[in-house]
Amino acid sequence: MIRTPLRPLARILEARASGENPDAIERENLRIRHEQMRDASRGRAEGRLLILSVIFFCAFGVIGARMGVLAATEPAEPRAASKGSAILAQRADITDRHGRVLATNFETHSLYAQPLQMIDKERVAAELAAIFPDLNQDKLLKDFTGKRKFLWIKKKLSPEQKQAVHNIGDPGLLFGPREMRLYPNGKLAAHVMGGASFGREGVHAAEVIGVAGVEKYYDDLLRDPARQGAPLALSLDLTVQAAAERVLYGGMKLMNAKGAASVLMDVHTGEIISIVSLPDFDPNARPSPLVEGDASDSPLFNRAVQGVYELGSAYKIFTAAQAMDLNLVNNQTMIDTGKALRVGGFNIGEFQKKNYGVLSVEDIIIKSSNRGTGRMALQIGVKRQKEFMKAMGFMDYTPLEIVEAKGGKPLYPERWTDLSAVTISYGHGISNSPLHLAAGYAALANGGTYIKPTIIKRTGAPEGTRVMREDTARYARQMLRKVVTEGTASFGEVQGYAVGGKTGTADKPKPRGGYYDDKVIATFASLFPAHNPKYVLVVTLDEPTETSGKKPRRTAGWTAVPVAAEMIGRVAPLLGLRPEIEPGELAGITLTSN
Amino acid sequence: MTEMVYGSVPVRDGEPILPKWWRTVDKWSMSCILILFGIGLLLGLAASPPLAAKNGFEPFHYVQRQAFFGGLALTAMLITSMLSQIIVRRLAVVGFVAAFIALILLPFFGTDFGKGATRWYSLGFASVQPSEFLKPGFIVVAAWMMAASQDIGGPPGRLWSFILAVTIVLILAMQPDFGQAALILFGWGVMYFVAGAPMTLLLAIAGLVVVGGMVAYNNSEHFARRIDGFLSTDVDPTTQLGYASNAIREGGFFGVGVGEGEVKWSLPDAHTDFIIAVAAEEYGLILVLCIIAVYTSIIVRSLLRLMRERDPFIRLAGTGLACMFAVQAMINMGVAVRLLPAKGMTLPFVSYGGSSLIAGGIAVGMLLAFTRTRPQGEIGDLLRGRK
Repeated sequence: MIRTPLRPLARILEARASGENPDAIERENLRIRHEQMRDASRGRAEGRLLILSVIFFCAFGVIGARMGVLAATEPAEPRAASKGSAILAQRADITDRHGRVLATNFETHSLYAQPLQMIDKERVAAELAAIFPDLNQDKLLKDFTGKRKFLWIKKKLSPEQKQAVHNIGDPGLLFGPREMRLYPNGKLAAHVMGGASFGREGVHAAEVIGVAGVEKYYDDLLRDPARQGAPLALSLDLTVQAAAERVLYGGMKLMNAKGAASVLMDVHTGEIISIVSLPDFDPNARPSPLVEGDASDSPLFNRAVQGVYELGSAYKIFTAAQAMDLNLVNNQTMIDTGKALRVGGFNIGEFQKKNYGVLSVEDIIIKSSNRGTGRMALQIGVKRQKEFMKAMGFMDYTPLEIVEAKGGKPLYPERWTDLSAVTISYGHGISNSPLHLAAGYAALANGGTYIKPTIIKRTGAPEGTRVMREDTARYARQMLRKVVTEGTASFGEVQGYAVGGKTGTADKPKPRGGYYDDKVIATFASLFPAHNPKYVLVVTLDEPTETSGKKPRRTAGWTAVPVAAEMIGRVAPLLGLRPEIEPGELAGITLTSN
Repeated sequence: MTEMVYGSVPVRDGEPILPKWWRTVDKWSMSCILILFGIGLLLGLAASPPLAAKNGFEPFHYVQRQAFFGGLALTAMLITSMLSQIIVRRLAVVGFVAAFIALILLPFFGTDFGKGATRWYSLGFASVQPSEFLKPGFIVVAAWMMAASQDIGGPPGRLWSFILAVTIVLILAMQPDFGQAALILFGWGVMYFVAGAPMTLLLAIAGLVVVGGMVAYNNSEHFARRIDGFLSTDVDPTTQLGYASNAIREGGFFGVGVGEGEVKWSLPDAHTDFIIAVAAEEYGLILVLCIIAVYTSIIVRSLLRLMRERDPFIRLAGTGLACMFAVQAMINMGVAVRLLPAKGMTLPFVSYGGSSLIAGGIAVGMLLAFTRTRPQGEIGDLLRGRK
């Protein structure tokens, strides 16, 4: 812009010539300039002040309007009941495969106090302590008389307790409607259910969230309003589950085991019909996790899914199956198990230092020879063995739909050497859960396809991945049947159900390396009926000791097998299997060729 | 000769103070202040007995104190409003310096009354909060600086006032007293706006706030939850806010009746921050709307009168004082109706208060002094043939 000088030279010169003071001219100019500026700024300020006035007017208007709206609405009482009861059936039920309820909701009330409203605080504290023995009268009184304006007293009340509290008749005691998760069968399938607890809590309602098991895995699904409370059907069968739990509990006590697990799986659909882990707990009152010691000692620990153990000789059948599948051997190939087997600087020996001499592959399984499967493993080789184990699901956690499944991560050697291959061939050096083993046996039982186990009811058999030829699986089943009829699992015979299976007795590893002499994991993996298997049952006992003889016996044949046999005898009829008159020879299998 | 003997007859230039004051002061605004004070006493009768009972005083202890301090405050207001603008400015600057020193010395001599923030000096019978007195002083000083910066060859007053504002805000934020800090910042902003803040700057600030808010909402879970919690219609009925909005609902249009209200028993701040809830519960929407109307008329009248003002200093100082007064009232009521997030702020002249009431009286007195009608050079305009 062009600056207008405050002292225009022409006027100054003129003033000097006429003897005037030029400063007066400057002051005059300054004053005029100021006035112009002020006029300009006043115009602007006027506009902005008007804007401010309008803004304030509107703001106060909004506040007034809001006051009016508030005044026109109904007051929300900080009391119980009223709107909050719209929380019905927020969480879907869980049922077994036949629609029998495993988890449902129960309307109850929570109890809270507003000490400011309370009339006789001492009496209230005394009477509450009388109704709820776990409450402390002094502490209650302290809470009531302190600064607190609100406190929870009980999260859930039974109807009787509610009436008793009601009878105290104090206006400072208030009830909030609650929907609680109820497991009407108590401990039944506790590890699958997991449990639920309250999430965010308000006076009127509380969120019910799953904390473990399927409740947590399907938390979003169960709470999804779009499903409109449609129940979630599990693959479990309530009666079978109950029978399995009873038998396993009895077996655990009889065999002096500290824990036990069993898995019953449909071999064609992969559905888990029953899965038991003992000791168990009541999901209605879920115990708190252990703060010290081994987590696996807690009843919350799911041995069937989370517990990874070296399951021992039960794996031998996989080695034999793979060797047959690769045409390295057939079931009658003779292998010298008498010869010393030295791998990686270690001598591989037999159970109780026996020497079986030259055995056929079938007899290696029946007699459970470590050297026999070790030699087969060396023939198979590290790479192929590893691939096979991967295909059978032994290298990943099981895909079961409970949150604990991810905790059951298999342990296997990072460097898979020849020695690893040999030990893994008879089930040492690789740790899997009983569920892993059940899924592996299901692949043998259903004709050679691996099917992912599931806890959710399926309709029809899913497409599995083929892991071996059908005839390989058939020969393997034939061997398993012979283990029961002629071998280590003779107690496993159940009249009319043609049980086949393989025992496994593994020394328990010490926490600091090495193995215990007197602590074993005894496993019996079985399938029935052997000529056309429908179900696989794995029973595992933790540290069993059978004491009927002179010396304590710990092998699976004496511990896990009788328990499994009893269980099959009980659950097979429940599953709708008719006992068959035992065929004279191998059930339905005729050796026409080979 | 007579003059030589008796001295000259004393002649006042200009008219006497009182008649001139009565002629020029904004009588409507002043009446509104008196009405507010009256409402405050009335509500104090309802809201403060529970507190008095809790602290072991006779029921109307706090009402008596309110009347006493209110009397002092009204006196201060009247005296201040009678002063001429130049005297007001000088006294305000002196007061500002004193309050500023008192504010700085707070960490050494102040008490926190167990509330976690050192904001007060305890004088035994009453407590003084320097920031209350600092606010009107700051407005005047900042307005003076800004006005001076508009002259040719004047000092860079806007920058100075900004630095001063930031300093005070930092000191207040350290106490911590974010409410007062925000008020100071707001007062400065309004004056800067009226003094001619460039439009581009205003738009840039508005844009920054919007973008920053959105970024914060999307990225910070904590911030988002605060905002969601504020926006959600549910409010835990056992919080102060819940009690307040319930009280307003209970009151409805005509109130539950004098002395019948319940909320004053539940809210510890019923006589200060949530006095409007007590008003709404006992006297209903009618009284609340009256209060809002009174505040609105004070602020709108003051701003409209300041529009005609030609002196930049008076215009700015008046704007700052009026807006600060209005915003304080707005925040208080906005919180009670959940239009604004919870922030403790008293309702000027209605809420119970000791020295803060006097400070408020002085501030309003200044506002009244600045909004008095005076010749605005209209004659000069006429003579020069402008306008």
